[in-house]
Amino acid sequence: MKKIKPILIVEDDVVDATTVKQSLEDLRVKNPVVHMTDGEEALDYLESNKDQTPAMILLDLNMPKIGGVELLQIIKADIVLQRIPVVVLTVSKYEQDKIDTFDLGVAGYVIKAVDYDEFLRAMDIIIQYWGYNGLVEKERSREDARL
Amino acid sequence: MRDSKPILLLEDDTVDAMTVKRALKDLKITNPLVRTANGEEALAYLNDENNARPCVILLDLNMPKMNGIEFLRVAKADEKLKRIPAIVLTTSKDDQDRVQTFQLNVAGFIVKPVDYMKFVDAMKIVNLYWTLSELPNSDQETSNAKLETDNACRG
Repeated sequence: MKKIKPILIVEDDVVDATTVKQSLEDLRVKNPVVHMTDGEEALDYLESNKDQTPAMILLDLNMPKIGGVELLQIIKADIVLQRIPVVVLTVSKYEQDKIDTFDLGVAGYVIKAVDYDEFLRAMDIIIQYWGYNGLVEKERSREDARL
Repeated sequence: MRDSKPILLLEDDTVDAMTVKRALKDLKITNPLVRTANGEEALAYLNDENNARPCVILLDLNMPKMNGIEFLRVAKADEKLKRIPAIVLTTSKDDQDRVQTFQLNVAGFIVKPVDYMKFVDAMKIVNLYWTLSELPNSDQETSNAKLETDNACRG
């Protein structure tokens, strides 16, 4: 069977990372989840797993050591890593952040909702979209199985 | 879609282009659809300053004159165009096409379902995703130029 690639979460805030992980669980996402707490850690992980790159990266912007934009610059300059779709998940509404990250080739920029239900709806759309891209897989729910 | 700017479609097949148009209409997506038949025509549209910049680009890969990958190579190297999200809509399941287009910073690679209703479902999610996602203001100056202006203003 084909091995399902992991989803990499790069997020320094423990509560935010837990929320993202919880939403993936609630949405029955089958991909394993890998969480790195800053850009430096994420880069180490990516560099040492080039034979098993993540299906996609959910990237926070404001992080210590190597921030999101800086990490994105490094990823997009690397011939192997540049093919991983990166979706920004942030609280930043700054136009400059949007311009910088889209200039670097992000595949989406989502502002995190504070309310969990709203956040879950957003994550559902993200997961469905990347499901259509063949990168994310979900467990079939009982309702699906009956159809 | 998040804003009311046009959706630019690159599709040489008239029937496939009609299917996209019909799906957008069925989904009540009101963005104007600008259809071009290949990469060359699309670049001519994008480089004409009288035309509105699209919010997203939907592109087929196999097209005459300038195909999807050749188009992406030009568009994604152009400071004025590179930040417009480009989503591949194709029948190609070729892994090489997927790898190559993601290396060229596409924001999606969707294999078109043959069944119309399934295609509408796919387009519905594309629309929801690009409504949820913020979009950069593609009419603004490029990052570096903007940064210099900002610094000059602060200075």
